Amino acid sequence: MSTVTTPTNGTYTSKDFVSNQDVKWCPGCGDYSILKQVQNVFPDLGIPKEQFAFVAGIGCSSRFPYYMDTYGVHSIHGRAFAVATGLKATRPDLSVWVVTGDGDALSIGGNHFIHMLRRNPDLNVLLFNNEIYGLTKGQYSPTSPTGTVTKSTPFGSLDEPFNPAELALGAKSTFFARTMDRDPKHMQVVLKRAHAHKGTSLIEIYQNCNVFNDGAFFIYSEKETKKSHGIFVEHGKPLVFGTNEEFGIRMEGFKPVIVNIAESGISVNDLWIHDERDKTKASILARFFMDPKTPGHLPRPFGVFYVEDRRTLDDQMEDQVKELQAKKGKTPLDKILSGDKTWVIN
Amino acid sequence: MQTAELKDVDSVVVRFAGDSGDGMQLTGTQFTDTAAFLGKDLATFPEFPAEIRAPAGTLAGLSGFQVHFGSKEIFTPGDTYDVLIAMNAAALKVDLANLKKGGIVIANIAGFDAKNIKLAEYPDGSKPLEDGTLDNYTVYKMDVTKMTKLALEGSGLGNKDIERSKNMFVLGLLYWMFDKSMDYTITFINEKFGKKPDIAAANIKTMKAGYNYGDTAEIFTTRFRIGQADMPKGTYRNIMGNQATAIGFVCASQKSGLPLYLGSYPITPASDILHELSKYKNMGVKTFQAEDEIAAITSSIGAAFGGSLAITTTSGPGVALKGEALGLAMILEIPLVLVDVQRGGPSTGLPTKTEQSDLMIAMFGRHGESPLPILAAATPSDCFNMAFEASRIAIEHMTPVVLLTDGYIANGSEPWKFPKESDLGEIKVSFLQEPNGPNGKLLPYKRDEKLVRPWIRPGTKGLMHRIGGLEKQDETGNVNYEAKNHEFMTKVRQAKVDKLADYIPLQTIETGKEDADLCILGWGSTFGAIKAAVIDVNAAGNNVAHVHLRYMNPFPKNLGEVLSKFKRILIPEMNNRQLARLIRDKFLFPAESFNKIQGLPFSTEEMKAKILETLNKK
Repeated sequence: MSTVTTPTNGTYTSKDFVSNQDVKWCPGCGDYSILKQVQNVFPDLGIPKEQFAFVAGIGCSSRFPYYMDTYGVHSIHGRAFAVATGLKATRPDLSVWVVTGDGDALSIGGNHFIHMLRRNPDLNVLLFNNEIYGLTKGQYSPTSPTGTVTKSTPFGSLDEPFNPAELALGAKSTFFARTMDRDPKHMQVVLKRAHAHKGTSLIEIYQNCNVFNDGAFFIYSEKETKKSHGIFVEHGKPLVFGTNEEFGIRMEGFKPVIVNIAESGISVNDLWIHDERDKTKASILARFFMDPKTPGHLPRPFGVFYVEDRRTLDDQMEDQVKELQAKKGKTPLDKILSGDKTWVIN
Repeated sequence: MQTAELKDVDSVVVRFAGDSGDGMQLTGTQFTDTAAFLGKDLATFPEFPAEIRAPAGTLAGLSGFQVHFGSKEIFTPGDTYDVLIAMNAAALKVDLANLKKGGIVIANIAGFDAKNIKLAEYPDGSKPLEDGTLDNYTVYKMDVTKMTKLALEGSGLGNKDIERSKNMFVLGLLYWMFDKSMDYTITFINEKFGKKPDIAAANIKTMKAGYNYGDTAEIFTTRFRIGQADMPKGTYRNIMGNQATAIGFVCASQKSGLPLYLGSYPITPASDILHELSKYKNMGVKTFQAEDEIAAITSSIGAAFGGSLAITTTSGPGVALKGEALGLAMILEIPLVLVDVQRGGPSTGLPTKTEQSDLMIAMFGRHGESPLPILAAATPSDCFNMAFEASRIAIEHMTPVVLLTDGYIANGSEPWKFPKESDLGEIKVSFLQEPNGPNGKLLPYKRDEKLVRPWIRPGTKGLMHRIGGLEKQDETGNVNYEAKNHEFMTKVRQAKVDKLADYIPLQTIETGKEDADLCILGWGSTFGAIKAAVIDVNAAGNNVAHVHLRYMNPFPKNLGEVLSKFKRILIPEMNNRQLARLIRDKFLFPAESFNKIQGLPFSTEEMKAKILETLNKK
């Protein structure tokens, strides 16, 4: 008989999601915070823990499944999306989470990434973006800014980086959000929103690699600069930012411009009001992607950019099976074996 | 009125050849199905160009369908044919070489105008229908195109639809020539064009016109009658290899009680398995056309982890792409079947032609030590048996299995005395329900007497666990980099595949005596040619045996013993010595090779010639 006791639904604590394996990320890695927030949020989701499955590819972030006391697969580089799609397609009852990084998702797994998004299986995808290759010890990644100096690019990288938000919306993502390792509360809110969304929920998480790319996102995460270089969007609320919320974003035609609310004398209600359901606005928001060193740059947005209700792949597959079973019933195996046309030899 | 003589024969080979737009595959299939329906044994060989519609009339655009049917046992589609239907000059140019001397040519004059003759690359000024090229044959020339137009005059159909019906004229003529009823095809046409009654009527009318033309034209001197085949009693159907593979999996799914999941990316000549399985949604089958070969197999790995019978289907280049994922499935030790419908390689190679050149990639085509069970189907209907068997092994032994078929048997068809559901074997599935270690500990990689680990279905309470591609500790499955553990795990994974030999049938001798002078050791689709050749040479007083392998890895336990009793061994393969290497490596027998690497199956005649040559070479 089983001696393992599982708490009943609703009585979990974050510890119930901690596996017996030692966590082997570098001390100080942003991944620890993400792991912790996931473990903190899961007890609130009301799902028996055996119903969770984590799927990962390869990279530092992809070790994540080993540290969660749930079901998990640590697969191969770039393919976690396809593994997860097959799992969810056949087991729609499971809550399936994918953990990936900027190299895993956007370089080697780029093809699977865009096709997953357009198909919209009901997955939650945590894309740890640290703008560097960590596990292979510090080469530039598809999100590293042009000119990044690494071991493989001693004279600076030449490639234009991907903007994951733009890429995702272009690939018909039905949920895109951005958060960061150093803002646990924000991350928890976003994780819960992702879980609640039926469809592929993609969260880009700015994650600090303190060994190979330390401080890549400090301008957005540290107190001194966070409020003036980042903007936290919420559905139905105006786009305001700045240390004292003194700035706002206003649309002039299709052009977003920064206004000083007090100086310009305009009302907060005349600012851009965030609407998660508006893809045009989400697409413009996604393009707030300027180099933060550029004077007067638009702030980098965090929060849920876009949500769309669209049938999931797994639901549609399940429905096709059910519809045909209702319409035709199961064909007896003997009928399948014989086919339509037979003859007898006596 | 002249009446054509009705000649009794025991088998006939007919080849339909024309442009890929001429409907030769459909004509051939209908002719075959009718023959099968009327109780003949048969084998077919469709041949298509790699291009969908190469320019009309060119050699590149040629599409052929060959059927061998008769009242005796038929093992191959035939080396040479008795009747050639040449819809154009290109068809005659390519296919005349294999027409028996004195054979019949039915030529569509409309396909032999100056333009077609030029496209067929005949020398300038050639008139192959008149210039003596066909002196050794019986030639029936007719303008099929014109007669189809006349038959459909006033039907209201456009020129394009009329042009498309001309294959039906030929089919009708052949039904007359072979004394067969048109009923089977009439039913087919009515079903196929149920929503377009005018097209159905036009096709039937054209076919009848062809039949009546044979009857009344007074140009045909001979008709053929073929008796009922002397086949084992029972109920038969006609089946193509890919179709058999598909229903093998449907049956395995139903017998195991597991839902079937197919992740696949279209590739010739494997796509028909995807098409076929997509029809079985009412059986709970889920098919997923992935974005590429890698997503196809990795999505199947996800489905297998979730507790489905998961399969993936592909051909040569796809197997190369799936290599890394196959290695993952192997180290995860989860059930998965990969079907490789082999085609000519390497690279894109000969997409529509057959070959047996993927045995080595199936055996060794992964990095690291990564042994897998490999099965091979021998005939179109055998694809059913081996798909079912591959599923059984994958599930009961928790391993990916490679099933090798090839373009020849995948697209070829034969009559099949199909089994009943109650004849099918059992497939035992046991998902772990409770922790299997001491003190309530879960050990995902604890092995049973077969060296097989338990399958643990996500969603089972108390059995949460993680598996992955990193080397794992014995029993716990936890990530482990220790030197000795890696060596142990490598060897145990090999031992597990080796141990499968205890759970597969022993090797039997297909034909001949156990101490024959020469053993022909075949595998896969060479079955028919070897079988027919060995029967023939033994009938002439020789002492040759045919041993046919279906289990390529591991080999049946007694294979070494079986082979050791023969004086000599000859291994025919459509590759450059792949099985021969494995046999020589494992048993150190000086096996000889007979290789054909032309994208074409062995003919019975060349097989016989090689056997006799080998026997005479003391």
